[in-house]
Order: sequence, then C-alpha cells, then structure tokens
Amino acid sequence: MSNKDQIKEINVFEEDLNDTITFWEKIRNIFRGKSLWMLHYCTGCGAVELPPTMTARFDMERLGMGPMATPRQADVLLVTGYLSVKTLRRVIYTYEQMMFPKYLVGFGSCTINGGIYYDSYAVINRLDYYLPVDLYVAGCMPRPEAIMNTFKTLENMITKGEANGWKKYVENYEWYRENQIRSLGEVYVKDEFHE
Amino acid sequence: MSYLIAFSIIIIGFLWQVSLDGVQRKVTAKVHRRVGPPWYQAFMDIFKTLSKSSISHGFIYDFGVMMALGGTIATLMFLPFGNIVAFEGLDNFFVIVYLLAVGSLGMAMSASGSGNAWAGIGIMRALTQMLAYEVPFMIVVFGMIHAYGTSSLSELAHVQQMNGILGWHIFTMPLGAIVAFISLLGMLTKVPFDTPIAPAEIASGPMVEYGGKHFGMLILQHEFATLVEVGLFVNLFLGGGNLLEYLIKYFLVYTLVTLIYSVSARFRVENVVTYFYRVPIILSLVQTAIVIFTGLGVNV
Ligand code: SF4
Repeated sequence: MSNKDQIKEINVFEEDLNDTITFWEKIRNIFRGKSLWMLHYCTGCGAVELPPTMTARFDMERLGMGPMATPRQADVLLVTGYLSVKTLRRVIYTYEQMMFPKYLVGFGSCTINGGIYYDSYAVINRLDYYLPVDLYVAGCMPRPEAIMNTFKTLENMITKGEANGWKKYVENYEWYRENQIRSLGEVYVKDEFHE
Repeated sequence: MSYLIAFSIIIIGFLWQVSLDGVQRKVTAKVHRRVGPPWYQAFMDIFKTLSKSSISHGFIYDFGVMMALGGTIATLMFLPFGNIVAFEGLDNFFVIVYLLAVGSLGMAMSASGSGNAWAGIGIMRALTQMLAYEVPFMIVVFGMIHAYGTSSLSELAHVQQMNGILGWHIFTMPLGAIVAFISLLGMLTKVPFDTPIAPAEIASGPMVEYGGKHFGMLILQHEFATLVEVGLFVNLFLGGGNLLEYLIKYFLVYTLVTLIYSVSARFRVENVVTYFYRVPIILSLVQTAIVIFTGLGVNV
C-alpha cells in the first residue's frame, strides 16, 4: 500500500479540499468555529495552564470548547510543550486518528524552535516539520489569557476558512512523512482489530 | 394524519430538547460560578459533528448507529406529548419500554462492532446498570398498572388530573416517585450514575470509536432518549397535562436532574448495582405492597 492510499482510507469531503469557499462551506465553517472540542495531549509544562483555563476563572466553555476523551471526537489537538522523539510518534498516531477537519495548536517556544531544549538529542526542534500547526501560542509558558486569546483567534480563522493545516497535511503528505521517517524510523498506525 | 402528528412531535421534541440542553449547560455553569456557553451551543455541536467526515468500522458499526437512532425516534412517536397522542390507543407503557430497548441494543451492537476494548467495557457497564435501575422502576410501575388495570400512559396521566394537583402520583405515591426519579438519573446516564460513559476512566466507553457523523447521530439518539425517559416520568408521576403544562413540568424535572448532576461525583459500577438493589428496591416493594394491599394512593 502506498502512502497516498493510506491517507485516502479516511473519507474527506472533496469540496473541502478546494480553496474557493462556497456558500454551504461558509455555513459549515460557522458551525465548526463555534464548537471546538479539544484533545489536550499534555506532554510538557504547558499543560498546567490548561486547568485554570478550563475552570471558573477563565471558563473555556464560553467559546463552546470542552475537553474530549478520545481523538475520534476531537477537533483541536493541543500539543502543550516539548516533544521528545518517543512522544512525537504517539502525537502523530493521535493526529491521524482525528476526523477531518482537524486543527493543531502548539504551545510555547518549545514547539516553535525547541525552546530551552534546542540542542537536546531526544527532543525535536520544530513541530512544524512533522505535523501542520495552525497556530502557535508564544511564551514559556503561555498565560491563560494568551491561551484564551489563541482560541478566539483560532475560532475566527476557522470561521473565515483560513485554518487549513489539515488540507496542507493531506496535500503534502509525502513531505511530512519523509520528515517523520527521518526522525523516527518507520511510522505506521497499528491497527490491532482489523488486521 | 397520525403520521403528520408523529412527525411534528419529533420536530418539536428535537427543538425543545436541544435548546433545553443548552440552557442546562448554562445552569451547570451558574452552579460552578462560570458564565457558560450560549443557549444554542447544543445545536452548534450537533450540526458541527454532522458536518465532519467519519470513518466506518464495518457494516455492523454503521447499521447499529442507524438502528439506535431509528429505534429511539420510533419510541418517541408512541409517547403522549402533553395531550397530543400520535397513535391513539397505542401509547402503552409496554410498547415504549420494549421499543426503547431497541435503541440501547443497537448502540451496544454498533459499539462492539467497532472492536475497541474500551467500548466493550462501556457496554458491559451500561447493560449492568440497566439491570440495576430497571428492576425497582418496573416494580413501581407494575404496581400502578395493577391498581388501575390499564397500561395506557395517557389514561394513567388522565386519572391523576381528576383530583387536582394533590392527585398526582408524586404526592399520592411519594416512595414510588422517589424510586422512579433515582431510576431516571440512572436512565439518563448522568452523574452520579454515568459509569458507562466515564470519560476520565474508560475514555467515553461505548462512544470511544465514534467521530464525525456517526457521533452526531448518537448525540441525536441521546437527545431523543432523554425526551422519552423524562417524558415517562412526567406522564407517570406528574400527571401529564396539556402541552404547555407538560413542557413546564419537563423543564423542572430536567433542571432538577442537572442540579444534582452538577454537584455530584461518580459511583463505581458495582456500587451502582448494590445501591439500586438496596434502598430503591426496598422502597419500591413497600410502595407496591401499599398500593396492592391497602389501595392507598390510588385515585378513583
Ligand atoms: S516552552 Fe517553556 S513552558 Fe513550554 S514546554 Fe518548553 S520549557 Fe516548558
């Protein structure tokens, strides 16, 4: 099975992949922007800023966001901090299990350029090489205000149809896959139940 | 004509229940001293999930979802909605309990078709919990049916209205009403009885493999099942009433459920079973004995 076939297993709306935005797509985008379910992949220090963002003081649910327990139901994947090479493999599995359209938010300087771990042998430097990041939150670590601001920005981007990371991933899958393989060795999604 | 009525019940029920769901999220937020999402958030969630792509895990997986949704909508058609009854003479308690099981079984079938281990655990828990809450609930309702000699829901609702507010079964059969309310919490799988879903323990249980459209259909199924279950309680214990009264009673019962839900923690699954088989089953047996042997609480 070629790489192209593997990604095509998942059914993508053909018209979603176009760059022109039709009327129905605009309506769809409004719904998608107003209701974001997130999967917080709590890898690094940034994770401790999520509980205050979720609870009474900052109240993430005002934006229609809520935590989801499984990648199948989630729309946004939050990568909260440094990614060691071992964790990267799990993040890739998680991202590939999510349903289209999906968005990825990177937290803190570690996902941008490696942060204080930039010369470590076990930590990847740029998340963008491996997965398409829609939005970064700057800071080491970002405050809850910054996180809320990011979510609001992401909402606006989705409503306008500008959060296109997942399209980039489908279209440039070879490039991403090459990078993934270079860092990790072989990448595959293990499917124990339907072999 | 009756099909037209049934269809409008489905539409009205959908709009009512989904907007109420948003309002209840607002209520929960107020209890937590938050602001909470807007009232139409539940609509946004449903339409968003329906607009996403989804993958299939085989025929059983797809078929079970449709069976769950279809079975639950079919159940709703037979429920008296206020004083509106779509199929006159068929609004029978047994029809509704029988059809409601089709929805749960469809979902169980589909989730086991997904092959995920969490789904298997979730289904096991859901069926165990069903075994726990059905028994006390059925004992109470069978006592009621025995006393009146009818199992038609609109007739059972009608006999309660003859003595005014004090004739409602919540006042004449208080023990039974308490048991039925606790069973209702179990039916709705709300905290404290949300062991089958348990996001933090078993990653949403039966829902674990659903995404996109399949998940949207299951949310719809859940909304319709809520309509049926709360509607059963309102008809059996709060005396139904006309459409407006029915909706107000529905709102009050559902808000009470939400208030309990937003401040409590979860039972473990074996605690659920021992809980239901300890207090509620004794209460329900006492209530049924009173109804059958002394006739107390039966309006004539
Ligand atoms: S950016 Fe700073 S806070 Fe975030 S993971 Fe890196 S070191 Fe930790």
